[in-house]
Amino acid sequence: MPQDTLKLPELSLILLLGSSGAGKSTFARRLFKPTEIVSSDVCRGLVADDENDQSASGDAFELLHYLVAKRLKRGLLTVVDATNVQAESRKPLVALARQYHVLPVAIVLDVPDAVAHERNAHRPERRGMGPHVIARHRQDLRRSLRNLRDEGFRHIFHLRGVEEVDAVQGILRDRLYNNRKEETGPFDIIGDVHGCYDELLALLGDLGYQVEAEPVADVRDLGIRVTPPAGRRAIFLGDLVDRGPASPQVLRLAMSMVRSGAALCVPGNHDIKLLRHLNGKKVTANHGLAETLAQLESESDSFKGQVRQFLDGLVSHYVLDGGKLVVAHAGLTEEMQGRGSGAVRAFALFGESTGEIDEFGLPIRYEWAREYRGRAMVVFGHTPVPDAEWLNNTIDIDTGCVFGGRLTALRYPERELVAVPAARVYCEPARPLNYRAAQLAAAGAAAEGDLSAQHQQDDVLDIRDVTGKQFIETRLLRGVTVREENAVAALEVMSRFALHPKWLLYLPPTMSPTETSELPDLLEHPAEAFAYYQKLGVERVVCEEKHMGSRVVVVLGKDEAAIQRRLGLTGEGIGKCYTRTGRNFFTDKNLETAFLARLRDALTTAGFWDKFSTDWVCLDAELLPWSAKAQELVKNQYAAVAAAATAALPQVEAVLAEAAARDLEGAEALLARTTARRQAAADYADAYRRYCWPVHSLDDLKLAPFHLLATEGKTYFDRDHAWHMETLRTLALADPGLLRATPYRVVPLGDPSEVESAIQWWTDLTAAGGEGMVVKPYDFIPLNARSLLQPALKCRGREYLRIIYGPDYLLPGNLERLRQRNVKTKRNLALREFALGVEGLERFVAGQPLRRVHQCVFGVLALESEAVDPRL
Amino acid sequence: MLLTITTTYQPATDLGYLLHKNPARLQSLEITGGQAHVFYPEATAERCTAALLLDLDPVGLVRGRGNGEGFALEQYVNDRPYVASSFLSVALSKAFGTAMNGTCKDRPALPAEALPLAITVAVVSAPGPDWPRRLFEPLGYTVETETSSLDPTQPEWGNSSYYTLRLRHDGLRLQDVLTHLYVLLPVLDNDKHYYIDQQEAEKLLHRGGTWLPQHPERGFITRRYLRYLAAMVNPTLARLLEGTEEELPEPEVSTVDSASPRVEGSEQESTETVSPQAVLPDEATRGLTESTVQQPRLSLHDQRLQQVAHEIYQLAPKRVLDLGCGEGKLLRLLLRQPKIEFIRGMDVSHQALSRAAQRLHLDELSPRQRARIELIQGSLLYRDERLAGFDAAALVEVIEHLDENRLAALEAVVFAQARPAHVFVTTPNADYNQLFEKLNAGEFRHDDHRFEWTRAEFAAWATGVAERHGYQVRVVAMGDEVEGVGAPSQMAVFGLA
Repeated sequence: MPQDTLKLPELSLILLLGSSGAGKSTFARRLFKPTEIVSSDVCRGLVADDENDQSASGDAFELLHYLVAKRLKRGLLTVVDATNVQAESRKPLVALARQYHVLPVAIVLDVPDAVAHERNAHRPERRGMGPHVIARHRQDLRRSLRNLRDEGFRHIFHLRGVEEVDAVQGILRDRLYNNRKEETGPFDIIGDVHGCYDELLALLGDLGYQVEAEPVADVRDLGIRVTPPAGRRAIFLGDLVDRGPASPQVLRLAMSMVRSGAALCVPGNHDIKLLRHLNGKKVTANHGLAETLAQLESESDSFKGQVRQFLDGLVSHYVLDGGKLVVAHAGLTEEMQGRGSGAVRAFALFGESTGEIDEFGLPIRYEWAREYRGRAMVVFGHTPVPDAEWLNNTIDIDTGCVFGGRLTALRYPERELVAVPAARVYCEPARPLNYRAAQLAAAGAAAEGDLSAQHQQDDVLDIRDVTGKQFIETRLLRGVTVREENAVAALEVMSRFALHPKWLLYLPPTMSPTETSELPDLLEHPAEAFAYYQKLGVERVVCEEKHMGSRVVVVLGKDEAAIQRRLGLTGEGIGKCYTRTGRNFFTDKNLETAFLARLRDALTTAGFWDKFSTDWVCLDAELLPWSAKAQELVKNQYAAVAAAATAALPQVEAVLAEAAARDLEGAEALLARTTARRQAAADYADAYRRYCWPVHSLDDLKLAPFHLLATEGKTYFDRDHAWHMETLRTLALADPGLLRATPYRVVPLGDPSEVESAIQWWTDLTAAGGEGMVVKPYDFIPLNARSLLQPALKCRGREYLRIIYGPDYLLPGNLERLRQRNVKTKRNLALREFALGVEGLERFVAGQPLRRVHQCVFGVLALESEAVDPRL
Repeated sequence: MLLTITTTYQPATDLGYLLHKNPARLQSLEITGGQAHVFYPEATAERCTAALLLDLDPVGLVRGRGNGEGFALEQYVNDRPYVASSFLSVALSKAFGTAMNGTCKDRPALPAEALPLAITVAVVSAPGPDWPRRLFEPLGYTVETETSSLDPTQPEWGNSSYYTLRLRHDGLRLQDVLTHLYVLLPVLDNDKHYYIDQQEAEKLLHRGGTWLPQHPERGFITRRYLRYLAAMVNPTLARLLEGTEEELPEPEVSTVDSASPRVEGSEQESTETVSPQAVLPDEATRGLTESTVQQPRLSLHDQRLQQVAHEIYQLAPKRVLDLGCGEGKLLRLLLRQPKIEFIRGMDVSHQALSRAAQRLHLDELSPRQRARIELIQGSLLYRDERLAGFDAAALVEVIEHLDENRLAALEAVVFAQARPAHVFVTTPNADYNQLFEKLNAGEFRHDDHRFEWTRAEFAAWATGVAERHGYQVRVVAMGDEVEGVGAPSQMAVFGLA
């Protein structure tokens, strides 16, 4: 009876086997997507311009294998359209399937030679092919059929004759057992139970599961009913049995929960060993199996049969919640997740060991989690640890209950740990639970021992995360690309000048100015900013006075312990104040310490720590005066220009006056122009002087915070700017000598009089020498439909811009040309940097590994090296 | 900026003939970057003054250079419109080209005559107040300079580095005066030839003609030009460093290489006093001369490299890493050893790497030789699998350029992860610093040094690293040892235990 449907695993490597002319290509085209088919003829054509050039076969197959490998790596079903009749041609393909943990499948197209020959005869390019070729292919095929299973093919379809080949009308793609992506939880994931039934009951109780006895009516009934809290589901990470006092009860409970859908379960190595025993295999009854077997003796054969069936049906691992969560007894590397092979199963059960043995006679485990970089959270057990600790988005929750530790559950997606202590030590561990901490203490590395595993790992980042072209997924923009040459520049700056990356939670984005104003004597004016936002549907904006100082990000802990706990930095003080390029703002250590302590005290006075239930904070601020950080720059560049002008121009005026006295034509006009330039230089000098004052002590520094960026577990991007302004104004009251509240006003753009008075405010501000103001949409993250708007626009005053555009910028003939500027690139950059900044801080607050935070921070720094007119 | 030339030669108005410019008219001409005006504020038979006024267009200067290509923000606000620079030289040759060539149609004998001349330049920018004198006095001028405060509202900032320059000469051909100004004014200027193209700069040096070889400061003068010619400021990096007080790393003079190792040596002292940010590596930048050593044949840096290279050969390694390879001096030494099969040089500075590639002539190497060496950008603070599998690694004067609290990361990257069989780490010996005359106590030898360790401090670090990572270590002196303070540099030699 010919099959009309072939059932295959959804992720498999399918080899079509058949002689030339057997109809493989036609078959493949009929049943698979064109992109799923990798054909040797096509490869031959690609490398030789001739699909029949047999001399090109070596290169062609190299290409074919390369293509197959790339597809399998990316988890795509792949069909190899080649004769595949010889074992040596199949061997590398089967090896690829193994390497990528994909199931190899063989479909044999076994048609009579005459048919094949007839078909080839109709194809001009194959006419030269003698009948001996087909005969040889068939001979090879015959020989192959016997061996396919031994070669590793799990699914073999032998289609005999043209009818059977043509009868196949469809391919049924079977989902892999481990694919449970549609199950989104919430879950309660339970670590290695090892027969600790009482603790399991207590834990389930704490998690809100109701466990009741159920009447037993049938031998199949287990006598327990567990009702989970609404919507939740438990997941057992395996190793239900051995060592503990009540393995059968644990099995009974777990089996009942799995049967009723209250739980999922993956197998552990102990469970599988028990299964082998139940299957009649000879196993050594050590490592606690003996106890289990003894406990099982009093159980019925029916129960043992059910246990056997249950264990036999367990799937090595599960991929859950759209791929965001993976559970496996011993964990699973990214390449193995959602794949099926013996290697995957072995890894999920046993993990991997380095082949070495430790001082306790136990195999040293290869710490795959240290190198884990996958997107999915991996929850696992297998190796008892004193505390469940996050590392690279993985967590081992086997806290050694049976060894007298605790039984731990992880609530997903809450990431909360729930644990119950063991009633007693049921089994003495071969290796003490806390042996690693003990080792460290013995080595005198107590400081490092105090840091979490993640913090220790984060001490050194990997260069792969920052170099080369980067594509960073962000919440606000779908992907932000950082070009390689920009990463190159950022690597140098980050390595040579920046603080320890653990301090760098956030770098502020660049900010675009308004469109250029057409008003006389002005380059920038608030009208353009208001018009921009109004046009994009923003109803309210916040105008904040712009302080001319240095932009700083402040990361501050309540004490050093907070910094150690949250940032994993020891001995680096209670905080840092860093610039837009990640450099320490302070070069004077004492001033830094005093500044941070005073700021910390101000926050304490303001009751900040309690109010926000946090022991650290990240602030975006301006630190004044400008000259505090930029003193050398002011002297060498800005003051120098004024000095040069002041020295040269009066002498020019003098000789021009003499020339004018001689009535030389043109001298008068040149004299007038020179006088204007002398005046412009004086105005320019006044402009930079406003932002300079000597810093002799702490009292001369002023900090003007304008964004409360983050505290423990929270960012404040969801709060509007008025909230930020008010929150920080209250804070400033705690120490007005140090902190400066930023004057601001909320402007409804629909109200012309409010708009007018905001413009007047800016005019007065800038006339008095102020730098200008920043116009921000009321919402911190401004969205129009779904697209991101400029988070802020700056609008700088006429006097201030002398420092930016030079002393002569307002002279006739200059301003007209300076108006021709383009803010587009700058705005694009501002958006990308904003998205990266928000993303990085959100990742930090969510407890992600440093490399994920650093990638964003590094990205902002790299984007800052893009070529944009720096005067904008 | 303004240049005036006054003569009391009789009749003084002959100056008009010499300059080929009519004293009765104000003439304007277009020059690179703006306009030049030539006029005579006074023109009598007794005394005649010609003025060359440069009116540079500050907006035009920076326009058409793409989106800020090559400019940090502060460069848009600059002193070019006020200061005598290479622009003035260009204007001189355009306005007074005939005179500079010594031809005068109307008074053919005049160019050969020595005239009493007074010159004023308002203003020049100079690296120090004595420099105008050092450049012009050897040529027979009487030199006066005048300066003023950098900012009268900030007296503690001191004087500016702008000077009104007054030169007098009792008798010199006008042609010579013009040529001197043409060559020397850009030399005085603080290297800011941003806007002049390379050809123009080459022409400038060319005009030195006959007098430059005798000039006592010829080394300084030529180096100033060469430095400009060799400069390839990395615009991308410049933007990032914007607003920092740090100068971009300066390129090295291209003539300094193994072919003529002492070009820099002969002028070392003069460079030091003048140009603290100058081009030479390490000690030279701080103007250090060793009081104990008379005339070192090799610079400290070169000595160190030779010693490290020598130690490396002794091990007969197949694969060698140079971490922080800079411009490739050690790589060059290593390449000469045919038994080393592969050398990987890493530096964090892309600019240094491209210069290393040039200096090692990587493009011209045979394929076999080319395959022996690879340059990569990388950082010692990031784990990097490209550093694994080497027999030896050198870190020559690298660690002191990292903040001390980042050394833990370097330690992890090099000793825990890359784990070369042997590691050579050199660093200055702070004990020795007291012998440097120009170094005050507590100062470092280089602006970018974050720390300098005494012998005890270095030994403690090296021992700790070795213990933590299973290496054996010995620390050796580098350079001639002086009783009580040791050698200028020190090296830790690590070997896997």
